[in-house]
Parts: sequence; structure tokens; C-alpha cells
Amino acid sequence: MSNAGVESNLTAEQILSKNSFQKRPLKSTPYLLLLPAIIYLFIWMIIPLSMTIYYSFQKYNILLPYIHGFNGVTNYYQVLTSADFQASVINTLVLVGSSLLITIVFGILIALIYNTNFWGKNFARTLFITPFFTMPIVNGLLWRNMILNPTYGLSAWFEKMIGITPISWLSSFPLLSIIIIVSWEWLPFSVLIFLTALQSVPETVIEAAKIDGATKIKEFFYIILPNIFQTIYVVIMLETMFFISIFAEIFVTTSGGPGLASTNLPYYIYLQGFFAWNVGKASAAAIITVILANIIVLFFANFLSKKLRFGGD
Amino acid sequence: MRGKKRLVNFIIGIVGFVIAIIFFFPIFWMFLTSFKTEVGAFSIPPEIFFKPVLTAYEAVFSRGDVLRYFINTIISSFGSTLIALIIGIPAAYSLAFLRPKGRNFTLVWIISTKMMPAVGVLIPIYIIYNQLGLIDNIWGLTAVYAMMNLPIVIWLLFDTFSNVPFEILEAAKIDGANTYKVITDVLLPIAKNGIWSAGLLSAILAWNEGFWSVNLTNVNAATLGVFISSFKAGEGLYWAKMSAISTLAVIPVIIIGWIVQTQIVRGLTFGALKE
Repeated sequence: MSNAGVESNLTAEQILSKNSFQKRPLKSTPYLLLLPAIIYLFIWMIIPLSMTIYYSFQKYNILLPYIHGFNGVTNYYQVLTSADFQASVINTLVLVGSSLLITIVFGILIALIYNTNFWGKNFARTLFITPFFTMPIVNGLLWRNMILNPTYGLSAWFEKMIGITPISWLSSFPLLSIIIIVSWEWLPFSVLIFLTALQSVPETVIEAAKIDGATKIKEFFYIILPNIFQTIYVVIMLETMFFISIFAEIFVTTSGGPGLASTNLPYYIYLQGFFAWNVGKASAAAIITVILANIIVLFFANFLSKKLRFGGD
Repeated sequence: MRGKKRLVNFIIGIVGFVIAIIFFFPIFWMFLTSFKTEVGAFSIPPEIFFKPVLTAYEAVFSRGDVLRYFINTIISSFGSTLIALIIGIPAAYSLAFLRPKGRNFTLVWIISTKMMPAVGVLIPIYIIYNQLGLIDNIWGLTAVYAMMNLPIVIWLLFDTFSNVPFEILEAAKIDGANTYKVITDVLLPIAKNGIWSAGLLSAILAWNEGFWSVNLTNVNAATLGVFISSFKAGEGLYWAKMSAISTLAVIPVIIIGWIVQTQIVRGLTFGALKE
């Protein structure tokens, strides 16, 4: 089956040229055009994912090559009962949850600001969104060195100036530091999305409310918020997908430490796989991560689709 | 009343600028640091007015390997984008116009692959690559980036193509064009903008990527990001050099991002967000 697919792939152009639209289109054309994409995703995604599932039930440690074989659910049991894994699950949830909260609450507020007419607002908005386009590795390093370094960083200088002992942010508040960096990177994303949503709030409705004497606060809660409600779910869904995989920011700043204080699930799997070389355990943790990510994303997707179906507009 | 509204907008404008400056400042500070000496880079109090020097940039370029990291970054981001477009265009064409059976399922399946965190496939890909000699190989990394971007590219192209009136393609068909000709001569010119923004997003995501590159490359296939991440070792040692190479690595994307800000963000919503 897959053999035939590869073969028809090679001669796709031949088949296409035969399949002139003047004749009745060959039934197979739609599928032949789709095939390369599906094969590609199979080879690089579905097959590796199946292998992760397989490894997660195996005894497989690269450092212990003579011990292998079926391991039942032992890997899962070991992972789920390990304090390290539980800590990384909690860190992941805290990191994803706080970053979501910050990017949504402040995202809406900042979007309201940039939705107001003031001189130079496009310029201000353009400066504001810059962190979103710089690579996470650079963002992490730049915060770690030039800003949060407890001796030479700008934060230390500022803290000394206002008369407090410089805080060693990355070792005293590692997870909070990561949350700050991630929120700084991702607020531009949510702001730009909320800006688009705000621009679609019908002008006439706002005008009508104003004539009825609604205050700004009432206007926000009764008109703007309901209108951007769906957008909030879209942002939650997309950002969850991105936040659950955060790696580079941790890799270059805290390396998951001190101890495991800022180790999230991807970093935990990285440590299990490439430092402990325990493929079985790392795979079990990876599968749990995939399931967790899907539960969160599907929860919001489901909520969203229900809203779209029954919620009107 | 009018005067009051003006005043309010003026104050909001000031707040807007303060926020913008706070957010832009770290990157601006990195830019400044890249023109300092290594000693000046971490002096306290921080140097705000200083004589700019190019020593950090000279030091970066005097290293023979930096050019390789640039080339690797270019190959992996543009190569993966090219692969994603070559595979994605026919797929999106089929999904948008030919209505294959199970079309909706296929679309959902394609996007659902993005719900899987990359760590879910890291270890098998590492093991397979290790056996095939593709670890620290730029084409190995490029292939993974293509996998990473293919779902987004297909969705964005599907979204673009769906707005192209089928009658135009139909007319070309009647004139005797085959599928290949319909795509290259009729569809691609019409959907040019959508294809550009899908390609641009894919290239930017690959350019900025910092998970696969860190885990699959080392020396030969290292990208700029991997090279820059090696600066995490020297505490307060090479801030000027780090800032210089980082500035060079981020400037192209920042400029493109400034120009096409909304398209990029819309792309990341898989076309869910309309204007």
C-alpha cells in the first residue's frame, strides 16, 4: 500500500498531465495530491509517536544496553509516582496557567490602549510587539545576563538604586522569572489578536450605548467583553499549545533549576532522555505530556465549538 | 466634552508609549550593548552614553565558524519552507477544490498533529537519526522543520485557496490545462499573497526555533540559535559579543515582523482570525 503510494508519488507529474480536466477527472487525483503531505506527516510524526508509545512500555536505558524487554506499565508507574515528575507537572501547570492569565488580562487592557486614537499609536504598537519576533534563545539569554544578573544586571542596579539588596531572580524566583520572560514574549501575540477582535466590535452598538449614557466600565463589561469572548478562548487554546512546549527559555536561563524548581515537562523529558538516558521513562513521560496537552486543548476546543454552535453570533 | 476626550486620549497615548518603551527596552539594550567593549558591557552603573565601538562585531566575524551558523540557519529555515510549500500546495489545492472524501477529517487530523508537543516525538527521531547519521546534519534538521511547519502551511494555504473562485480554475481546465498547469499558471499567481505569508511565517518559525536545533545539532549543523545558546556558559564574560551576534540574528526577523505584523499573528492562529 505504502509502496504503491511512493511509486505514484514519483510519477505524480505524469499522472497529472494525463489527467486533463477535459476528460473526466481521475477519481484518484485528489488523493494523489494529498498523499505526499500525509506520507510526510506519517514518517516524521505518526511513526515516531508510535515508537514513543512502544518505548514507553519497554525497559530501555541506553546506559544499560543488556537490559531490555517488555516492561508493562512500570515506566508509567515510576514516572507518575516520582516526586520529580510531579514537580514538573505542577511547574508546567503554573507556567502555562500564569502566562495565560497575564497574557489575557493584560492583553485585553493593552489592546484597549492601542485601540484608542492617539498620536503615533502605530509606532508605539510596532515597538511593543518586537519581543514576539526575536528568537526565544536570544530573549532568554538577554534577560538572564543583561537584565536579571544579580551583580551586573540592570535589575540589580535598579534594586540598589531604590535601596534594596539586589535579588538573584533566576535562583530565588526561577519559575516567576520564566513566567515574566514568557509573558513579555507572548503579550504582543495576544494583544494583536485582541486588537483585531476589538476592531470588529460594531461601532454602532458602542455609539448606541454611549447615547444611553453607559459608562466606560459598563461599556467594557456589557459590550466589548461579550464580543471578544470567543477570541479569549482562541487565545487560550493556541497559547496552551505553545506554552506547554516551552523549552528554549528554560534551557538558556535556569536549566530547569535550581534543583527542579523551573523544570517543566519538556525539560524533564529532555533530562530523562539525554542525561539519564532512560528512554523508557522519558517516553512514558512524553506520552503523559501529549495526553495532558490534548486534554487541555480539547477542553477549550470543545467549549469553543459549543459556544459557536449555541452562543449565537 | 471634546476637550476632555482629547485629554483622555492624550493620557492613554502616554501610557501606550510607556508600555511600548518598556517592552522594547530589553532588545534596545542588547542592541546598545553590542556596540560596547566587553568591559563596558557589564559596568555598573550601566553605560548609557558611550563611544560606540565595533570590536564585538569584529570579534564575532573573525571566528571562522559564525558564517557556517548563518548558512545553516538560512538553509534550514528556507529549505524547510520550500519543502513545506512543495508538499503543501498540492495538498491544499486538493482539500480546497477537489473535495476528497474525508476532507474535514483530514483537515482536523493535520491540525491535531500540532497539538502534540514536540517532546512526544523527540526521542524516536533522535534514535532514528542517530542510526542514519543524521544527528548534527543540517538536512536532518531541515526535514524536521518541514514537518513542524507543514500543518500550518497546509491550513493557511487551504484558507487562501478557499477564497479563490473555482470558476477561474474551471475556465483554465476548459482551455485544456492539466492540474499541474492549473496550479502553477492560474492558482499560484492569484494566491500569491497568501502563499508569501504562509512561507514567511514558516521561515520565521524555523529561524527562531530553539528545541529541535538544540537537541539534534551540535557543531556542524548548529544554527545561530544553538551557537548563541553556548553563551549561557560564560557568566558576565562576553556580553558584547553575545549581543552582537544576537542582534545580527534577530534583526532580519524584527524588520519583517514590523512590516507584516498582523499577517504573522493571523498565520499563527491557523487562519482562525479574520480581518
